[in-house]
Amino acid sequence: MPNVGGMSENTPFDGRRWHDMGGQPAGPVTPEEHDFALWEKRVDALQVLMSGKGHFTVDGLRRALEDMGEDAYEKYSYYERWIAAVNQNLIEAGLYTLEELGAKMDEVRKRGDTYGEAAGG
Amino acid sequence: MPHDHHDHDHFHHEGMSPSGHPYRADNDEPLSYWQTMEIAVRELLIEKGHTTPAEIAAQIEAMDARSPANGAAVVARAWVDPAFKQRLLEDASAASREMGFDIGALHLIAVENSDDVHNVIVCTLCSCYPRNLLGLPPDWYKTRAYRSRTVKEPRKVLEEFGVSLPDSTQIRVHDSTADMRYIVLPARPEGTDGMSEQELAQLVTRDSMIGTGLPRTP
Repeated sequence: MPNVGGMSENTPFDGRRWHDMGGQPAGPVTPEEHDFALWEKRVDALQVLMSGKGHFTVDGLRRALEDMGEDAYEKYSYYERWIAAVNQNLIEAGLYTLEELGAKMDEVRKRGDTYGEAAGG
Repeated sequence: MPHDHHDHDHFHHEGMSPSGHPYRADNDEPLSYWQTMEIAVRELLIEKGHTTPAEIAAQIEAMDARSPANGAAVVARAWVDPAFKQRLLEDASAASREMGFDIGALHLIAVENSDDVHNVIVCTLCSCYPRNLLGLPPDWYKTRAYRSRTVKEPRKVLEEFGVSLPDSTQIRVHDSTADMRYIVLPARPEGTDGMSEQELAQLVTRDSMIGTGLPRTP
């Protein structure tokens, strides 16, 4: 059986994927929260604007997030996963290519070591 | 995948922001892989004419303007205006639009607390939240613990938020979807008879509209 949605190969399939968390055992709720950073707000804005213009749907965003698997959910922050999902949907929609993204990311990295320097403010 | 800050220490611990939350690592932190991707995606979209810096800035401004104060205004109106409350319970999207709030395409449902019933909202599958009325969801709303346990042991989860309800109170948990979002209409606190709509709105906390809290009392 293929490894579905990040599920361990030794886990018997019970009809739910990793993101279907309702009713599963988990630890206490700790009421953490933070003020969103500029880059996180930008990711949110890109999601709203690009889905609003019809380049992808909320379902497309969710499909990409769910296909990243449980490991990504545990390792990366919310907007880290969101930019990955937005990016995947935009590439699928043909707005730019993987090669263009790679070249642009290289260019961005060369501008500086902090977000402020690399983003130009 | 290249990514070099696996520790979860995203926070500055030195101080709190004016809203009482920790500052998030921002512009002066080492550039991360995902931040690099955000900059690159944004610039590609601008270069190719799919958006503009002004459009992105306007969208951020619109989102920043959405705060629990919007939801609180709707709740306070429902507390003072029975006809509005009726419309809110029938169609929360339409009633909120009536007050000038942009609800988008969302189907919004208001669920009313009473002496016997307490409502809580959750999104077990992801992070769906009435963001058009309350702003962006708090981190805990998106955690495994809240998503997993709220539908199974809500009473215990509420206790972790400091909300203890009598056993006689029925707890109803509403699981949101991308297209259908809930907002709790908390019960109007006692001793508020002479208060104005604006004063009442001050009593309505974000968590009281999620169901993990109760309104303030005067």
